[in-house]
Amino acid sequence: MINPNVATIQTDTKFADKVYLLPVTPDYVNRVIEKEMPDGIMLGFGGQTALNCGVSLFDNGTIKKYGINVLGTKINSIKLSEDRQLFKDAMNVCNVPTLESKAVKSFNDAKNIANQLGYPVIIRVAYTLGGKGGGVARNEIELYEVVNRGLNASMVGQVLIEKYIGSWKQIEYEIMRDCNGNSITICNMENILAMKIHTGDNIVVAPSQTIDNYEYHLLRTAAIRAANHVDIIGECNVQFAVDVDSSKYVVIEMNPRLSRSSALASKATGYPIAYMSTKINLGYSLDELRNSITKKTTACFEPSLDYIVCKHPRWDFNKFEFASRKLGTTMKSTGEVMAIGRTFEEALQKSIRMLDINKDGLVLNKYDNEIDDEEDIENHLINPNNFILHYVATAIKKKIPIEKIAKLSSIDPWFINKIKNIVELENKLKNNKINHKLLTASKKRGFSDKQIGRAMNIDEKEVRTIRKKMNVLPVVKQIDTLSAEWPTQTNYLYLTYGGNENDFHIKNDNGIIVLGAGPYRIGSSVEFDWGTVNMVFGLQENGEKNVSIINCNPETVSTDYDVCKRLYFEELTIERILDIIEFEKPRGVITSVGGQIANNLAPILNKNKIKILGTNPKYIDQAEDRSKFSTVLDKLNISQPVWKKFSYFNESLEFAKFAGYPVIARPSYVLSGSSMKVIWSEEELKKYLEKAVVDSEHQIVISKYMVNSLEIDVDGVSDSETVIIGAIIEHVDNAGIHSGDAMMCIPTRRLSKEIVENIVSHTKKIVRELKIIGTFNIQFIVSNKTVYVIELNIRASRSMPFVAKLMKINLVKLAASAILNKSLPNIHNNIDKNTRFKFGVKIPQFSFMQLDGADITLGVEMQSTGEVACIGNDFYDAATKGLISAGYKLPKSGCAMVIIDSHNMHDNKIIKSITTLCKIGFKILTTKKIKMLLNELNENESIIELNKEYNFIELFYSKKIDLVINIPNTSSITNNKDSNEEYQIRRKALELSIPVLTTKEMIELFTNVLKWLKNNNTSIQFLDH
Amino acid sequence: MVDGIGFGYPKCVFGEIVFNTGMVGYTEAITDPSYNGQILTFTYPLIGNYGVPDINQKDENGIEKYAESNKIQVKGVVIHDLSLNSNHWNSIMTLDEWLYNEKIPGIFSVDTRKITKKLRKEGVMMCALVVSDSNDIDTTKIKSKLKKSMRYNHQNFMELVSTKTTQTLGQNSKNIVVIDTGTKNAILRNVIGMGYNVIKVPWHTKVEKILQYEPYGIIISNGPGDPKMCLETISTARTLLEYNIPILGICLGAQILALAGNARTYKLKYGHRSQNKPCLNVDNSRTYITSQNHGYCIDYESLKDSEFKLWFVNVDDKTVEGIKHKQNKSIAVQFHPEANPGPYDCKYVFNAFKKIVEENRSCQK
Repeated sequence: MINPNVATIQTDTKFADKVYLLPVTPDYVNRVIEKEMPDGIMLGFGGQTALNCGVSLFDNGTIKKYGINVLGTKINSIKLSEDRQLFKDAMNVCNVPTLESKAVKSFNDAKNIANQLGYPVIIRVAYTLGGKGGGVARNEIELYEVVNRGLNASMVGQVLIEKYIGSWKQIEYEIMRDCNGNSITICNMENILAMKIHTGDNIVVAPSQTIDNYEYHLLRTAAIRAANHVDIIGECNVQFAVDVDSSKYVVIEMNPRLSRSSALASKATGYPIAYMSTKINLGYSLDELRNSITKKTTACFEPSLDYIVCKHPRWDFNKFEFASRKLGTTMKSTGEVMAIGRTFEEALQKSIRMLDINKDGLVLNKYDNEIDDEEDIENHLINPNNFILHYVATAIKKKIPIEKIAKLSSIDPWFINKIKNIVELENKLKNNKINHKLLTASKKRGFSDKQIGRAMNIDEKEVRTIRKKMNVLPVVKQIDTLSAEWPTQTNYLYLTYGGNENDFHIKNDNGIIVLGAGPYRIGSSVEFDWGTVNMVFGLQENGEKNVSIINCNPETVSTDYDVCKRLYFEELTIERILDIIEFEKPRGVITSVGGQIANNLAPILNKNKIKILGTNPKYIDQAEDRSKFSTVLDKLNISQPVWKKFSYFNESLEFAKFAGYPVIARPSYVLSGSSMKVIWSEEELKKYLEKAVVDSEHQIVISKYMVNSLEIDVDGVSDSETVIIGAIIEHVDNAGIHSGDAMMCIPTRRLSKEIVENIVSHTKKIVRELKIIGTFNIQFIVSNKTVYVIELNIRASRSMPFVAKLMKINLVKLAASAILNKSLPNIHNNIDKNTRFKFGVKIPQFSFMQLDGADITLGVEMQSTGEVACIGNDFYDAATKGLISAGYKLPKSGCAMVIIDSHNMHDNKIIKSITTLCKIGFKILTTKKIKMLLNELNENESIIELNKEYNFIELFYSKKIDLVINIPNTSSITNNKDSNEEYQIRRKALELSIPVLTTKEMIELFTNVLKWLKNNNTSIQFLDH
Repeated sequence: MVDGIGFGYPKCVFGEIVFNTGMVGYTEAITDPSYNGQILTFTYPLIGNYGVPDINQKDENGIEKYAESNKIQVKGVVIHDLSLNSNHWNSIMTLDEWLYNEKIPGIFSVDTRKITKKLRKEGVMMCALVVSDSNDIDTTKIKSKLKKSMRYNHQNFMELVSTKTTQTLGQNSKNIVVIDTGTKNAILRNVIGMGYNVIKVPWHTKVEKILQYEPYGIIISNGPGDPKMCLETISTARTLLEYNIPILGICLGAQILALAGNARTYKLKYGHRSQNKPCLNVDNSRTYITSQNHGYCIDYESLKDSEFKLWFVNVDDKTVEGIKHKQNKSIAVQFHPEANPGPYDCKYVFNAFKKIVEENRSCQK
């Protein structure tokens, strides 16, 4: 297995004999092939990245040279479905209609086609993932912008211009096909927000709801015809657009690989698509394989659902100051949830709760997106953002006719009518006393106790009590792929009010429930899936048979029903968890591996007298509550940066002055929208405080921000006595960059023996004081040889998979035995010498490209959406591979544009880095001031002064710039983005895939990597058992 | 007893309760004459979403365009979540309105999964569906009426579903006779689509009458009830087999043909009603997804001593899904190659039949 994603459970050696944490690029895969001499290669499981890489390996002759068998769909078939024009031609042959359009390689051709078709047109990019670089153009100016961006993003410099059909229905089919030609559809899916929105950002239901039998099977047959013609072997996804006024349809695209949609289809139906597809790739035929749920019937069948699922994306726009929230044909969400119900309303409201965005459903929220102005509402319907369905509800309340809402939003009236049912129930709840009929009706339509309580002015808890007294209870149903037609023992479960019989009963099970992490979002992603799964494995390895998981993220392994005894594909809300606990009667719940969402539930569960396994919640509270933790540190005589909590405006200004700017300000009670921020001046702090509500209830914490200090993470596990430190991890970046966005390395490079000893001793003291049972993570700052503690997290941390893979210490599995009261083994803490490999470097992966307008500067708010890690014989060996894995192009030579303000200009690191670039042959294009400065250092030959009237866009488009170095000055980040040229430069460079370096450490690392590469080559190493 | 919310027409009906696991196609399903006498439970919970098209609209051959017969055939409908608002470009009314117009009762807001599991465990059974405008329903009275009601197994449905007169459909020059034991319109559309006229004849039509139409081939259609009830059709089929005229049996038609060829049939515990049934074609070893609706089945063991051999077999429960005559030109399938509702993957059965028919004709010339 080749995959640099360190945080996923996939790259645990449990799942592959050898794991190469390497970039999935032709170059590196080629090197692994040379070493391994494999017989076969599978390209369909690593998304677009793997598919593109495979095509390149075929085109450059590698596959032929080594006689490798491409298992599954062959390269020619892949090309047929990936190249837009070839695909259209193929579809014409097999009689599947396509949209009138043309592939072009230049703007002029695009212009001609657009004029022929008539605006608006849509531009799609060949060979990209997530619709990267595509978009809708309503006029020639927009066309110029999108086409150029698209041509640059495309691997083959090709884009497709076609008629815009945003209001058509978007329907997808998942097809499985074997080498004998047996074909089945696993399920179909309908996108509520129609063709207008990228399927990854769409709210999706499975199966389709608004097409009839004729259309359903018309499309199904077309999808199978397409798969047959292209000769898919394994799995593929076929997307259609269907007219709303007739049965006219066109095929949009086909993905000859596992995709986000196939993951969703797997979870929606219980049919393990990837697993079956692998078997098919190995040569099995569908009818030879068993349905792994029933174990009695064949895998060659089409699942029948007796429930509806709703997939809802989660967006993290809050993290990006300038990012546009508008949804369109570029995917912007970071994760998704899937809800299962027996009415659409139930599934939809469940899905909204699962997002963990402070919403308790579609309506009756603490903060509903109420707008009054009708024009404003209509505008929101035409230009949807992440709250589109909430605006549909608002529109209904404003009595805007259903037909009009449908026309403006392109949402099928059927869905709008269902939303109307929710709005009508909201009114009834507000205007009636609680009664059995209304309560039952509301629960069947997905209302939570919280929403009902809010409507009736009573507490959630009270609603629960009344509800149970009235015997209005959810039932547990199984997902069995066959709508109960065959008997099954499935453990794949959901709860619903759409029924009055549990599918099975539990007797004296005495099990353990592990809470998962919910949707992937910035700050809590695939690493917590790794944690959840490893906790379950750890418990099982210690003899626990009855381990259940609750989670709602269809993209995870923790929601594979064969990982645990019983999987509840459910909300991580207190109401639902209590429902499940009352059904399961477990002996305890584990909240420490599911990231923030599970962690936050611990105190509430504890209040409800539910046993939390692991560290006592009392101690968790001592770590989480800033004042209490501070007292603990003082008691242990451990330093911390000065900080204070405030309720009053003036006091905070005084304190900031005392501590000295810059400071970090953060609300102690985090509302969505208000965030943490580094503040550089009194003026800025005033502005911040004006925006944040500060009163006795909403306090604000201000702490000293230590510039130019080192940040250290310590990951470990304890049974309250024995403390095992997994690793001391050094941040490559200076403190101030959020630890999730920081580059990290193991072992440490810049710490003295004394400092390391200090860190170890502090760690042990804190862990023993708080009697931690399970995993922990402590963040330190090292400034002027003093070690400060900034944070303690008594739970699994983001870096634990990195530690596990590099140090061969699986902290979460060890935590499982600690939680079961087994003492930990004595692993000696010889931190620096214990690495299996000389160096490991972890690099964050950003998705700024997909977020229109987002600035790429880093700060205390985390912005990365993933991470990679590579291993090497020295630091630069690992870093080189890490940077390539994270998508950086490493230019061997060329021209670097350097724009740095006078504040940073004289920094040693920067001067040194630019000098390095000159020495290895780069030309430097820079401002007069910097040129003068550098000339003093005798590096004048390769330094060119930027002409005053220079046009950076032109320079970028003409491919004259290979690297951009720009440290944003602190004020440029907050300035208006339109008038800010530096921001424009960063954004443009990003859109054209030119590396942009924005921190001193990144500049230093990047230039050193380029220098290292002049005389060195990277190594190829693997992880094994 | 199961409580729910009534819809459609308020009345009390008795019928055999069955379930179908298809996720689309309620219009086609409830107009399928094979469901006559039955109360149909949809396992898919959301029904009525896309409304109901104009059932009376006919195609150029005078066949209902959007329905499988000219009326609702089921006795009643059981649904979890009925859409009272529907939307589709060709919808003219809601499912609720349609049922009301055709005086058919329905019930929704019930645990259809619970019902399905009961039928799976205990087998299909007689059932009463009562929709009442008043609050009190006399359950004791209804239970005793149910006990006395006509058992599905003992009923002959032919008078209810078969055409009373012979009808000629299509503008082609060649004829295929469809013996109407409750045929779905989709069978007729397929025959016409193959280039033949349909001569739709009543279920008990005599062989001599059939031969008057000089048919290229005969189709014995789908339909409700126990095949053994169709004595006249079985006897016709036996004669036709002796004459070696190409016959295609579909569903009930397959069972009738099997009985005519000395095979046996039996009743399945809870039948096959779905759109996802995998059937293996033993001739080419390919597995196809089929649409099914049958409660009776051909006995595999009985094929040995019959005139037929196995053609299709159900991959899951190994039941007989298709047979071929050992010498003659007759074939039959238990599933619905005409789909509606369901997948079209086995449409090639019609082509296979066409091939037999045409070869037969050229031999005769």
